[in-house]
Amino acid sequence: MTIQFNNETFRDDYSFWNSDWAIKRFPFPFHQDSYMYAVNMEMHKGGPAGSVYEKRFDVDEHYVSEMKDRALVLDEDPLRCQSLPHMTLAGWDLLELIMVSKSEDYPDLFELHRDGSIWRWINKPMDIDDTFTFMDETTLPYGPMEYITRQAQGDYVILDQRDEMLWMDAGMVTTQADWSLDFDIGMNFFEWHAPVPLAHEMGIFKRALKFLLNVKQSAPARRLNWTMTVNPLLDSSPENYDKWGIQKTTLTPENIGSKQHLRVELQTFFRLPRSNALVFPIRCYLISFQDLVTIPKWGRRLHRVVRDLPVELATYKGFIDNRPLMLEYLEKFDDGLSTSPGVWPDRDTEPPLKNQK
Amino acid sequence: MTAAPQKLEPGVDIIPALVDKITKVNELVTRFEFKRIDGKDFPVFSAGSHTVIEMKDGDRTIRNPYSLMSDPEDGSKYAISVRRDDVGRGGSLFLHKKIKVGDKVNLTYPLNLFSLDLRARKHLFFAGGIGITPFLSMIMQLESLVGSWELHYATQTEELASYGEELKNKYPKKVNQYFDNAGQAILLQKLLTTQPIGTHIYVCGPAGMIKWVTSTAKNVGWPNANVHSEEFLAPKPGKSFQVRLCKSDLTIEVGENESLLEAMEREGVNAPFSCRGGACGQCETEIVELDGEIIHRDHWLDPEEQDSGTKIMPCVSRFLGNSLVIDR
Amino acid sequence: MSKFLFPPSIPSRPTYGVLERRDGIFHIIIAEDEGAEAIIDFVGSDKKFLNKAHIIFVATKSGEKYVSRLKSLKSAQFYVGPSYSASVQRLQKVLEAAKMGSQFYLTGTEGFMGQAQNEIMKAGFPHTAIQTEHRGSVARRMQCVHCKGITEDVITDPFVCSHCGLNLFVRDHYSRRLAAYQGVRVDAEDFGNVPEPVELYT
Repeated sequence: MTIQFNNETFRDDYSFWNSDWAIKRFPFPFHQDSYMYAVNMEMHKGGPAGSVYEKRFDVDEHYVSEMKDRALVLDEDPLRCQSLPHMTLAGWDLLELIMVSKSEDYPDLFELHRDGSIWRWINKPMDIDDTFTFMDETTLPYGPMEYITRQAQGDYVILDQRDEMLWMDAGMVTTQADWSLDFDIGMNFFEWHAPVPLAHEMGIFKRALKFLLNVKQSAPARRLNWTMTVNPLLDSSPENYDKWGIQKTTLTPENIGSKQHLRVELQTFFRLPRSNALVFPIRCYLISFQDLVTIPKWGRRLHRVVRDLPVELATYKGFIDNRPLMLEYLEKFDDGLSTSPGVWPDRDTEPPLKNQK
Repeated sequence: MTAAPQKLEPGVDIIPALVDKITKVNELVTRFEFKRIDGKDFPVFSAGSHTVIEMKDGDRTIRNPYSLMSDPEDGSKYAISVRRDDVGRGGSLFLHKKIKVGDKVNLTYPLNLFSLDLRARKHLFFAGGIGITPFLSMIMQLESLVGSWELHYATQTEELASYGEELKNKYPKKVNQYFDNAGQAILLQKLLTTQPIGTHIYVCGPAGMIKWVTSTAKNVGWPNANVHSEEFLAPKPGKSFQVRLCKSDLTIEVGENESLLEAMEREGVNAPFSCRGGACGQCETEIVELDGEIIHRDHWLDPEEQDSGTKIMPCVSRFLGNSLVIDR
Repeated sequence: MSKFLFPPSIPSRPTYGVLERRDGIFHIIIAEDEGAEAIIDFVGSDKKFLNKAHIIFVATKSGEKYVSRLKSLKSAQFYVGPSYSASVQRLQKVLEAAKMGSQFYLTGTEGFMGQAQNEIMKAGFPHTAIQTEHRGSVARRMQCVHCKGITEDVITDPFVCSHCGLNLFVRDHYSRRLAAYQGVRVDAEDFGNVPEPVELYT
């Protein structure tokens, strides 16, 4: 399949943009008009043709530019990619998983040739053609996890499974929604989720942990998470919060449509074979409000979700101060008509927006 | 989320395979090697993993878990070794007496409930009898990762020490054998008080041996996190009992020699499972009504959950009393 | 009274207990200042226990105050150090020679215990089996998430990062690996708007 790769930035002049194709396949996360936490896990074994759920590791028009941004983040702060010593085997597992998946799912873009343990990996969009020995770190320019995740969209966290618990012992984290790998590495599942309000009391994490401990090689899973970001900024890290936090105060009724972005994480879970670790890819998709409301059902629904979201969640997701401005904009796209259950736009059947107020 | 049609099912994917080679190791133990029917490689796995073999004995379907003893990196075959158990529920007897080369079986994807802690400075292995099997793949994986290990392997006699001779020949300094009939015993107390900080111990064998090693370690002062054990709980037989399955609208009878899980499967009820040995939690089932006593035989529920009478693990646990209704 | 009851908080915030003697082949006790009182409390006059015990006492602020009482316990080994950093090498050597079956007991401030715990974990001992009892100051070690520098002895919220000078607010989110809590710029969304510092736990 041919993808036209954008040449865009996620910082400074923020030239990021979504084509019509990207807007239509955006992973809208709300299947009803309100939102509360749920252990909303599904099998990750394909999805509707062309959707972000179809392939094991989705590649889209932002691929090349996202990888450029990752390289910049790592140049500025190498601590965004760390692997505790015992996790190298898991790194090789992940390298194999991504190379095999991408070469099978996108044969026009990626090729993997294996002759025993001598592997040749070709990444056409990034102009890479490397030959190396599988399981021999000295034959790669970086450790295996860093090597392959510099070529794969989204963040990656590798969890060691020990003592009926998951431990964040390695990761490549440059597109995060405000959490620090350097601080959290070594924590267990409950500890790194500690700052999330309400969810612990609801038993969400206990149930999620039980599910994740049992994810098998043959059955990867997925779920969606979401938050808000001002400007299409991928690197919204705590490390740089002192630089991007102030951007939240630059919203006006005139610019909110183009500057305010819904940020959706497609989280997947794969069991890694040799290490028995669990890899947790966190793939980030951004869409501006003005692009999102071109899908009438999504415009109606987003207004209702943002309006009714509990204060603790809006605070934790960082947009409590901007909520009034967001609602002022979004209510123009909510004519009160009912919306169908599920996330998919009903392009053929849903009525167009009634006259705006 | 309803992003795609797939329902959330804790199902287990199956690999159709056939028996490729049968080798008698000694009087009690036979090795079985499998190849995939589709000719592809088996998935690589982490040492300590097991697979559940599904075989047909006439009308009856038998499902038993066995440790994978083959090289984790060698996908051309999977190998298990089975100790003949004349008194049990028949799974091992079926394998020893009726299975032939060429027979078809289904194997589950590997599941690991007994994995190496790769942070360990040293891995200390205690094997009893057929408990040697997971250590065979662990030793192969550690040798390729250049990890430090030591094995203490106890059996009734030298003849019954499956793979003992080849291990001893290959790794003379790391393998120690003990034969009951020669009066040799593992000097456990001494071993457990002379290991550097960062050592992990792993024990697999008969229940008595596991208890001996883990309780001695505890008394000496070892933290639980550094002590690992695997015991395959074959579901013990018991008095037959009746169960009502409210979701399936069925009342079934669980026979003396079958587990509740097996009875449900026999009746065509789609009940989730994974390890079938009371350890992984996948078959956890809600109890809707209880007038009697649950005989919990699992390692999964915590004591409060077991006492509360709200949950049961059908793969190993049983019921005694007037009525039991479960959410299946 | 040097004990403090920490208010309940998020799951990543460490909780401390009360030291008690456990079965073990050797006992390594690492204490700071008021932690000496905890030792005296839990060891009592158990000769058998003390004959297998090594007390590493760090008198960061307490000078000679507790030394003679600890010495009179007559543990198998006894060491007094003037600071944690001066004592770390001794701890590392002890850990190198120690065997599984040893028990570890830590008592003192959070920062002290956190750092000692790290050394023990690095040697391969699980943190869940290390006993801890808090005694003394409730000051925290804080890591500035922006410059990564660690500021010791933080007692107010917000505080000033001793490395880069930013004003940081105090989070309860704690990293065992760094033995520190997280500090984040308090005026990131409104430069210059820094609240008056308030003492922790008031």
